[in-house]
Amino acid sequence: MSHDDHHGVMIPAPGPEFVAHEVAHHFSTPVQEFQAGKLGFWLFLATEILLFGGLFAAYFYFHEVFPETFRVGGQQLDWRLGALNTSVLLLSSWTMAMGVRSAQTSQKSKTMIYLVLTVLGALGFMVIKFIEYSAKNEHGLIVFSELFSGYDEVTGQVAWFKDYHGVMKDVAHGHMFFAIYLTMTAIHGLHVIIGAIAIIYVLYGTSKGRYHAGYYLPVDLAGLYWHLVDLIWIFLFPLLYLVP
Amino acid sequence: MTTNTPAVDVQTTQPKAPRENYLNCTTSFKSWALTLDHKRIGLMYLIGTSLAFLAGGVFALLVRLHLWEPEGMLFSNPTYNQIFTLHGAFMVFLFVIPAIPGSLGNIVMPLMVGAKDVALPKLNLLSFYLWVIGAVMAVAAIVMGGFDTGWTFYAPYSLYTDQAVVTIGLAIFVLGFSSIFTGLNFIVTVHKLRAPGMTWFRMPLFVWAIYATAILQVLATPVLGITVLLVAFERLYNVGIFDPRLGGDPVLFEHFFWFYSHPAVYIMVLPAFGIISELVTVHSRKPLFGYKLIAFSSIAIAIISFLVWGHHMFTSGQSTYAMFAFSFLTFFVAIPTAIKEFSWVATVWKGSVALNSPMLYTLAFLIIFAIGGLTGVILGALNVDLHLHDTYFVVAHFHYVMMGSIALAFFAGLHHWWPKMFGIMYNEFQAKIACALIFIGFNATFLPQFVMGSRGMPRRYATYVPEYADYHKASTIGAMILGTGVALMVFYLVASLFIRKKAKQNQWGGVTLDWMCPTPPPHLNFDEEPQVVHEVYDYTTLDYETLQRDCD
Repeated sequence: MSHDDHHGVMIPAPGPEFVAHEVAHHFSTPVQEFQAGKLGFWLFLATEILLFGGLFAAYFYFHEVFPETFRVGGQQLDWRLGALNTSVLLLSSWTMAMGVRSAQTSQKSKTMIYLVLTVLGALGFMVIKFIEYSAKNEHGLIVFSELFSGYDEVTGQVAWFKDYHGVMKDVAHGHMFFAIYLTMTAIHGLHVIIGAIAIIYVLYGTSKGRYHAGYYLPVDLAGLYWHLVDLIWIFLFPLLYLVP
Repeated sequence: MTTNTPAVDVQTTQPKAPRENYLNCTTSFKSWALTLDHKRIGLMYLIGTSLAFLAGGVFALLVRLHLWEPEGMLFSNPTYNQIFTLHGAFMVFLFVIPAIPGSLGNIVMPLMVGAKDVALPKLNLLSFYLWVIGAVMAVAAIVMGGFDTGWTFYAPYSLYTDQAVVTIGLAIFVLGFSSIFTGLNFIVTVHKLRAPGMTWFRMPLFVWAIYATAILQVLATPVLGITVLLVAFERLYNVGIFDPRLGGDPVLFEHFFWFYSHPAVYIMVLPAFGIISELVTVHSRKPLFGYKLIAFSSIAIAIISFLVWGHHMFTSGQSTYAMFAFSFLTFFVAIPTAIKEFSWVATVWKGSVALNSPMLYTLAFLIIFAIGGLTGVILGALNVDLHLHDTYFVVAHFHYVMMGSIALAFFAGLHHWWPKMFGIMYNEFQAKIACALIFIGFNATFLPQFVMGSRGMPRRYATYVPEYADYHKASTIGAMILGTGVALMVFYLVASLFIRKKAKQNQWGGVTLDWMCPTPPPHLNFDEEPQVVHEVYDYTTLDYETLQRDCD
């Protein structure tokens, strides 16, 4: 671009291990840049909640229509693993908050430690989720190898729902609970992964010294996203594991 | 170029060489493909959405040609189903929703608030490329065998048909996020990037309209996203939420779909209202009548639009009480809408009206929108709708709003800001002819549809009983006239790029900030940060010299 000669407002680095931040050309002040980023991200979080809102609406609707299916289905989930995962996410939200705080106070190595711990939390969550999915796979409640094998018009059976132990045989449309469980937790799991990638990205930026008391917006935004991921799970856990 | 240099007195110090502007400041392919300049992104949107409009228009003409004969002239019935679905899906998702915010909104709105760019330029570029990906996926879905569900993708048919529903569903998911990011960007821009002195009530009404639209884009589109995603999941792994064979509820799909798609109607029409608000005042050279009322009516429409989705589903099986409520609430939409229409007419009244081509398109809009709006009130009445549901009456009402109002407002805005965008003028005479052809052709197409709809002609049918043949023939002839008008418009607009007749610095005599910056605008829009000291639409501040002087 021919506009390299244009220099915007600079935020100086607070120390030798940090780099200065140049405010984007179309902003007049650092505060304007910070507030624009924050407002935009909060709006984005609102769209995420609305996206999940459709799934929650479906959950509540079918919970009302097939209460027995949801009661028996919920009993098949292991609330201990669910509770463990809730704890892992809550802890990682705390480490994330501490990471943001450390970035705000220009404590580079502390920020990195907290961000690494948060990524480990994300990893732990996914491992526990994997253990849970494997159990469902074993009991034939969600047979992943036949997930896309369709629906049998003759028997009226969905291919991925085998129910080896017949736990759902007495309730109507037993597969429905597991379909909703899988859809909600898989989309949530995808958000966990996206959140972890975002945190790894700001971890890299932190190692380069880009974030400090003068400029920590990306760490802040990654943190907001991570808290949203946590918040959604806080609703998913009781609805899927405890309410039934 | 820096923003800190004082404004150069262009007349005295600059030789004849063209001034640097956003079009010529850089020329490499990369500088366009990876541009963060809202004006360049807007232009790319303009090209993309216009191509989608032309494709959708060709599908529409094919539909009309097919219906020339009661038995259908061109296609087999399944192919006809695909063609009208393509017309609807292309027009709604690739043209009407993104066109005005993406192109004119992108180019003009930051100028109007006195900003150097939108708040989040990279996100803006991402929005555009998401639109491109969505468009490519839509075309891929056609190549993969097409889709025949209608643009509404109603379950359970959309779950059972053997066509490329998953691909087009994911395309709409991607297009939805393009729309969400545009809206998000515009909200932040309006909140955070207004120039000093640009208070909320000094913002031009186009900005208010784009802002109200943006709220809807952010709050409604995610629901469509999850809905089409669930349809795709349903087809991929039989979730069962919408599939009655698996205990699901197809009516739930309709609730989800219309919870988005009714507000979406206002995502489409509010920017059009914004354009008309600008154009009636500029071309009447008179402050807008009822500025605050129009501004608040946009917000009122945005709010009410979330409460009326059930009026699309009067025959789908809702409780009687819900239908009462939805019908009653629907009438409330008419109030802010009528406030706008009356305010526009009152603005033209005793104004110094210049019958330029943008104004002719605007006047055509005012007439067509009155019909489109009032027939909407008729359809909102529960008992009448039960009779007219799924007939051509609905089709005609819908097109009076979508094509007759929104597309015409888009054309009006395009003609209005064309000299601003490119610094050149099109052939005014041809523009007036095209406007007349479009106005006559449009009414000839859709007035007969009101009549045949009220007499029971159902929509979406590939064949019909011969009693309706005359109406269909009239409609098809109208569509051909309409198509001719649009073709003429495309011709002279493209030709103007080669003829390069210079536009004036301030072609129409606007007093909003978009006419205060150089024409065409430089890369950073304003030579120095504008300070807003006047109320909006204060024509006493108009500098008549800029109306005479050729642009740079």
